[in-house]
Amino acid sequence: MVQTTPLWEVFIRPRNGLSHKHVGSIHAADEVLALQAARDVYTRRGEGNSIWVVRSADIHASDPDQAAENFEPTADKIYRHPTFYDIPEEVGHM
Amino acid sequence: MAVWEALVELADDHLVLGHRVSEWCGHAPMLEEDLAMPNMALDVIGTARTLYTRAGELEGKGRDEDAIAYLRNEREYRNCLLVERPNEDFAHTMLRQLYFAAFMKAFWDAALSSADDVVRGVAGKAGKEMAYHIRHAGEWVIRLGDGTEQSARRMRDAVEALSIYVDELFDSSDAAQAAEAAGVLPKRSEMRAAFDKVIGDVFSEALLELPAVPYGQRGGRSGQHGEGLGHMLAEMQSLHRAHPGAAW
Amino acid sequence: MYSQGLIGADGRTTESEEFLARFQARIDAEEKIEPTDAMPEGYRRTLVRQIGQHAHSEIVGMLPEGNWITRAPSLRRKAALLAKVQDEGGHGLYLYCAAETLGVSREEMTEELLTGKAKYSSIFNYPTLSWADIGIIGWLVDGAAIMNQIPLCRCSYGPYARAMIRVCKEESFHQRQGYELCMSLAFGTPEQKAMVQDALNRWWWPSIMMFGPHDADSQHSDQSMAWKIKRFSNDELRQKFIDATVPQAEYLGLTLPDPDLKWNEEKGGYDHGPIDWSEFWRVVKGQGPMARDRIKARKKAWDEGAWVREAALAHAEKRRARKMAAE
Ligand SMILES: [Fe+2]
Ligand SMILES: [Fe+2]
Repeated sequence: MVQTTPLWEVFIRPRNGLSHKHVGSIHAADEVLALQAARDVYTRRGEGNSIWVVRSADIHASDPDQAAENFEPTADKIYRHPTFYDIPEEVGHM
Repeated sequence: MAVWEALVELADDHLVLGHRVSEWCGHAPMLEEDLAMPNMALDVIGTARTLYTRAGELEGKGRDEDAIAYLRNEREYRNCLLVERPNEDFAHTMLRQLYFAAFMKAFWDAALSSADDVVRGVAGKAGKEMAYHIRHAGEWVIRLGDGTEQSARRMRDAVEALSIYVDELFDSSDAAQAAEAAGVLPKRSEMRAAFDKVIGDVFSEALLELPAVPYGQRGGRSGQHGEGLGHMLAEMQSLHRAHPGAAW
Repeated sequence: MYSQGLIGADGRTTESEEFLARFQARIDAEEKIEPTDAMPEGYRRTLVRQIGQHAHSEIVGMLPEGNWITRAPSLRRKAALLAKVQDEGGHGLYLYCAAETLGVSREEMTEELLTGKAKYSSIFNYPTLSWADIGIIGWLVDGAAIMNQIPLCRCSYGPYARAMIRVCKEESFHQRQGYELCMSLAFGTPEQKAMVQDALNRWWWPSIMMFGPHDADSQHSDQSMAWKIKRFSNDELRQKFIDATVPQAEYLGLTLPDPDLKWNEEKGGYDHGPIDWSEFWRVVKGQGPMARDRIKARKKAWDEGAWVREAALAHAEKRRARKMAAE
């Protein structure tokens, strides 16, 4: 049985003021090497100024089979959106 | 001895090391290192290019970076012996990088106040690169030193093989002394404390012993190299020399 | 293309008609499929093979060009080539990670490459015999790769499409540096010009074979098209490539080694001479001039790197234990 090197997900912040965004994955034995690998692989063209790495195994994802019950009930709550409310034009931008 | 010759020495260190590291490309122990090592090679090759170009300007005979890099033989190369040592294995390669970067980080920091604009520019860029090389190579030295029995043995072998080339880093040739006197380059002997601190910290985490070096090998600055450098240059220069005057 | 148009979709599935129809409806609506989504086993298997083959090709592709890093004739070219070969390693890495979202590990895929179970693009089984090969590979091989990879950015499988977007951003530098390198030779000394013509003569046919067999001879392509894993047929892509390349060769003053190559006004594209498919199949089946050497080199790197990977894992384990003890 081959020993496998853990997989990590890499998140990069392109510049201050933006959120970290998932850019891909790398393999590394620990978090220090993971950060270095992420730097060497994913920031070779000035892609960012901050890196997060998270072990892929530590990510908990919602179940796609529950997608309907999770995300569809929101569809008819249209009163949560500003366009639901009519404000006369003469009131101005609101 | 002139200042430009000291810049050639420095450039030779970077090109020869970059060439050695580039030999790994496509053959690294893991894909992540196949990306990391070219990054390190590109850093030092970039520094070599700027320094050769500057040396050519100061010399004033119209030589560009390629004329200096490709048209000198091994007796004319002035790199220190450490950087030409063969890759051997990943342990040797990482330790060689750590030794070099630990020295150069201190050197570039001191060169930030150089009297030469180009050297100051290089110092700003290369100092940061060396800081990363220290981290990258240092973390590997720690992992290999305190990893498995085999990796620890290989790491000790690397220390045994490479530590005899460390002292030469701190020597200043006649050319270097001229550059130091002109305020262009910092005094090499002054880097010792910073170097020892970096190496001491990494070695203690890596469970490696600081070796006693009874006799440091020297000779690179006067063109007395190991046998490997001639082969490296023969390979590096073969195509360029086969087409004199051609542009690429 | 890096899959040589050879990976047909493997349609065998055990899913119900209804499930397959629902899946197909999502594909038809241009919805992307993501790793945790339900998907037909055949779709998953086809992707694992295609992405794996694509990844292996990038990795093996480092070797022919890597062969010239230490001999690059100027420092500028040395830096560009090193960065280019490094990128190819990156492409392999992105692609292995994309395949891993489908439940195979990089170690398993590597094992398949090294035991010859998995294929990679046959183009990399030819040797790089001169410096001009580096220019020609960038111009033609990367050029052909781009032709194929741009439509893959819209592939139905999300992680593959995203990896391809990143890859395509990097590829355009590859083709441009290759063409520029060819320019330096084609407009250089007579020896340099002869060198680049010779390289073109050797690489032209293998390059157009990269698109795989003619549509009429390629099996299972329909299912891949239906699943939107593949977006254009082999012949469509090959035609696009040839039409783009002919004027580029003319600019360089180089001759493409195909006496039958001529403009066809009616179809608005070039006709080309017959392709030697016996050579193609020979190379695909592992009889290429460099096939053994390529796998041997990869195996050597992998085997000799084992102690490094093990040491990193062992150290990580020690750290974890120390941290636990300290808490
Ligand atoms: Fe690529
Ligand atoms: Fe490429």
